[in-house]
Amino acid sequence: MIKNLRVKSSEYIDETNRISFKFNGKTYHGFKGDTLASALLANNVHLVGRSFKYHRPRGIMTSGSEEPNAIVQVNPGTNRTEPNVRATEVEIYEGLEASSQNCWPSVEFDIGGINNFLSPFFPAGFYYKTFMWPASFWEKYEFFIRHSAGLGKSPTSSDPDIYDHRNIHCDVLVVGAGISGILAAKNAAKNNYKTLLVDEKNEIGGSTIFENNEFNKIDNKTPSEWLKKEIEELKNIKNLEIKTRTSVAAYHQYNYLLARENLTDHLEAKDKTNKIRQRLLKLRAKKVILATGALERPLIFNNNDRPGIMLSSAVKKYSEFYGVACGSKNIFFTNNDSAYESALSLYNKGINVEAIIDIREQSESKIVKKVKEAGIKIYWSYSIVDTTGYKRLNSVSIMKLSNDGTSVTGSKISISCDCLGVAGGWTPAVHLYTQSGSKLKFDEEKKVFVPNQNTSEQISVGSCGGDFKIDEIIKNLNQKLKDTLNIKETDLDNIKVEIDQENSKRNIWLLPSDKPLGKTKPFVDYQNDATAKDIKLALREGFRSIEHVKRYTTTGMGTDQGKLGNMHALGIIADTAGVKMGELGTTTFRPPYTPLTFGTIVGRNVGKFFDIFRRTPMNDWHVENKAEFENVGQWKRAWYYPINGETMHQAVQRESKAARESAGILDASTLGKIDIQGSDASEFLNRVYTNAWSKLAIGKCRYGLMLNEDGMVYDDGVTTRLGENHYIMTTTTGGAANVLGKLEDYLQTEWPELDVYLTSVTDHYATASLCGPNSKKILKKIIPDLDLSDENFPHMSFKEANIGSIQCRIMRISFTGEHSYEINVQASYGKDLWKKCMEAGQEFNITPYGTETMHLLRAEKGFIIVGQDTDGTMTPIDLQMDWIVSKKKYDFIGKRSLYRSDTMREDRKQLVGLLTDDPNIVLEEGAQIVSELNQSPVEMLGHVTSSYFSPNLNKSIALAVVRGGKDLMGKKLFVPMENKNINVTVAHPVFYDEKNERLNA
Amino acid sequence: MFLINCPYCGERDQQEFKAGGEAHIERPKQPTELSDDEWAEYLFMRKNIKGVQFERWNHAHGCRKWFNMVRDTSNDEIKAIYKMGEKPPAQ
Ligand SMILES: [Zn+2]
Repeated sequence: MIKNLRVKSSEYIDETNRISFKFNGKTYHGFKGDTLASALLANNVHLVGRSFKYHRPRGIMTSGSEEPNAIVQVNPGTNRTEPNVRATEVEIYEGLEASSQNCWPSVEFDIGGINNFLSPFFPAGFYYKTFMWPASFWEKYEFFIRHSAGLGKSPTSSDPDIYDHRNIHCDVLVVGAGISGILAAKNAAKNNYKTLLVDEKNEIGGSTIFENNEFNKIDNKTPSEWLKKEIEELKNIKNLEIKTRTSVAAYHQYNYLLARENLTDHLEAKDKTNKIRQRLLKLRAKKVILATGALERPLIFNNNDRPGIMLSSAVKKYSEFYGVACGSKNIFFTNNDSAYESALSLYNKGINVEAIIDIREQSESKIVKKVKEAGIKIYWSYSIVDTTGYKRLNSVSIMKLSNDGTSVTGSKISISCDCLGVAGGWTPAVHLYTQSGSKLKFDEEKKVFVPNQNTSEQISVGSCGGDFKIDEIIKNLNQKLKDTLNIKETDLDNIKVEIDQENSKRNIWLLPSDKPLGKTKPFVDYQNDATAKDIKLALREGFRSIEHVKRYTTTGMGTDQGKLGNMHALGIIADTAGVKMGELGTTTFRPPYTPLTFGTIVGRNVGKFFDIFRRTPMNDWHVENKAEFENVGQWKRAWYYPINGETMHQAVQRESKAARESAGILDASTLGKIDIQGSDASEFLNRVYTNAWSKLAIGKCRYGLMLNEDGMVYDDGVTTRLGENHYIMTTTTGGAANVLGKLEDYLQTEWPELDVYLTSVTDHYATASLCGPNSKKILKKIIPDLDLSDENFPHMSFKEANIGSIQCRIMRISFTGEHSYEINVQASYGKDLWKKCMEAGQEFNITPYGTETMHLLRAEKGFIIVGQDTDGTMTPIDLQMDWIVSKKKYDFIGKRSLYRSDTMREDRKQLVGLLTDDPNIVLEEGAQIVSELNQSPVEMLGHVTSSYFSPNLNKSIALAVVRGGKDLMGKKLFVPMENKNINVTVAHPVFYDEKNERLNA
Repeated sequence: MFLINCPYCGERDQQEFKAGGEAHIERPKQPTELSDDEWAEYLFMRKNIKGVQFERWNHAHGCRKWFNMVRDTSNDEIKAIYKMGEKPPAQ
């Protein structure tokens, strides 16, 4: 039976728009404007979840993003499902489904609830202690912990929604649209500051919008009436943008803030389609005005967590804003006047208020008097010592507090109730403030941390700045606005404010019970089930730092980051350890303030945009011809071209043979290309490569090896001299961007006197590499008028030519050891060039080959691949490439390091060839090499870097780095594998055509 | 995320920049004349202090220019930015 607790229509609830939704499978009704929490409360549903550790029944505590308990799974079982959502933030819509988390089989009957009775076995640091117990015990606990843990379920299919990112720059960003934020934004915008006002709620106005305390007046109106008029005026203000449903998640240095703008979460499923769901706003503001308000604190007493126990301010908001009575027998428990406002709000709406229990001795404010006149019973100097009701509060027991507040006396009075509003004072929401790097100080009088030292251009106004009374809020806001906006007058100068002065306060961080602390459950962190006794235990066990106590007890480590209970934790530590709260400091508040979806964080960078890739101009041809692709850096390169169901091995063997026997063609467009010009270009190359460049004739090509300053091989490639002061350098595919960066670095910072200009032209050219004994005939068919004789166009030279009307650069260079040409054309002609080559090569069975065959062919020749055969620890000497290191040049990058004592060691790992004794066994790349089999431990001599079955040699070949390998030629070594030991012999790394006769074949 | 005032382009977001380590370490003009220790000093030894630090930065996704920055590593305050070759401002 559902009891409807909707009491009176509210202007924020559209009662003509009835909405049905499901919670835990049961259908309920609410109205447009309700949150899931307010709609459930209207249906008298308080029990919404179970706590994390003890599985205690928990209800809705708050009305905002600080909610620790009412954490639900939205739309369970669908691809739009989202775990860990606060019911207080979900706006209901037709068809919404939600379910409780952290309970099994149901929230009403939860097996994990047994933990509650086992709680003496779950003390603070339970998990830590478990880890320290004998390892054999862990298995038993692991099962138990894993079964009972878990916060919601992640979706199992991909997210159908669209997410977006947007950069916004503004002069003034105002975070929080309560009274302070609205007034700040209005005055900033009026003074020609481009202003953005954001608020996490769907309506602006904060809590003042339902502030009807008749004893507080602004210009003779209630704060609510006055603020509504102000909001009305915002419509006519230029320079002001307002974003609601936008919560700031992070505040970084230099006034860079991240906010999530929620665009469709409140819409029905049919209206969500094809719209951006959430947008991550990247905000950069010249000035930030924080108006994030304050969070009401609960009070810490025995069994303070039952469903039906709520914050007093939440009870008031549900009544005033949503028109919902949270209970039919309401009680308030307080240490300040706030609860009286809530009580009066309920009273004025005809909702029954049984009593107010106040730990203070008295208060003479007008509102307290008014409550007395209303006949509501007030228990002064009383405290709640226990509560009852498992799934819903049904009574509280109260006793007289001692004068010092540490014990209770007299007889126990039991009061029956179904809702308890708790008011423990207000904590400024300084989370974003401290995220920005700014520092807090402890205000001894207000017993809260308030902003102190700002690190960026920012101010904190209103209650987040420590001002709680409307008169001090307006006064301080006015001054701060004048200072930060450099203005002389504001709208606030002539406002008249009257307030009801609260005249007593009493702050007790942990309220006593008639039972000893060990027998009570005063929760401090509701989400993580940390109690006051856990904190005291941590202190007894020697923890002193607040950060350590936090981690040991898990206080403040839930998804809510302990927004409600952190101050109590600090207070209890301070009281117990006898130190001042100000000296303890606070724990670090980390972004995000409220959880962000992964979708919002990644935005559009999903699917094929997750990691962008580059394709060559010939890519379509490769796709049409069924190439398999491999990722090389950001490039998608053709890996091999299987035909008739060939395996990779079969395709590569065929391609490799064809390239040596007749003709092969490779798409080499991905090689990095850097255009180098300037009168000092030759000198520059001399300094960056190990070999000499000054004497390279125009029209000639040269292979170069580039080192790091530490002497280790960094990159390699062929550079061609196009003119007196003009070169084109090629780099490895993966190294292109880094090489350009490194060269620029040297040019700008070490050798600014050199006249050299570098331009990346990798994308400007498409390159087809034609190789094999018939490559010359094919090129002749394509460019009949080019003299291809060895005299006119020898190996390592360059020609400019035209293919029809297309200009091309042709380099006669070879990475396979075969006679070959690299033909470069403007990128847009790449596919045409490729097709022409295929056409002309048809009669020679021209075979397209991919990167795998390229790697095999070069391995047959013993040519290294930087990054495969080298790993940042190989010098040219280690690679047996001494021939490329100039002895004559005075200096080049890395030269000095080549004769450091370490780089000159004879026993460094050196590149060698490896041949398996059984020519059919192909070694695994990465396999380890040893010289002894019957020794343990055995010294690892090195590892295999490249390994293939060579179809041209009809045997397996490998390159490896081996300790002192240069002197081990012919030596037998072993490659131990899981099931066998492979016998290998160290060989010269050039396996094929050692005399390079095929280059001119 | 810093806001970095590139001396060539003006204020830009940190994501356009690349940090390049300690500034004012000049590459020796005559490396061959250095002992192993002297060369190692240039090659390997870098400061990493809490406090005011001189750093090289590159506007990698912008003008590609290198420049120097004085940054307090304890609070990430950028105290000065100046071009390569210029003297650091007095602190
Ligand atoms: Zn720049």
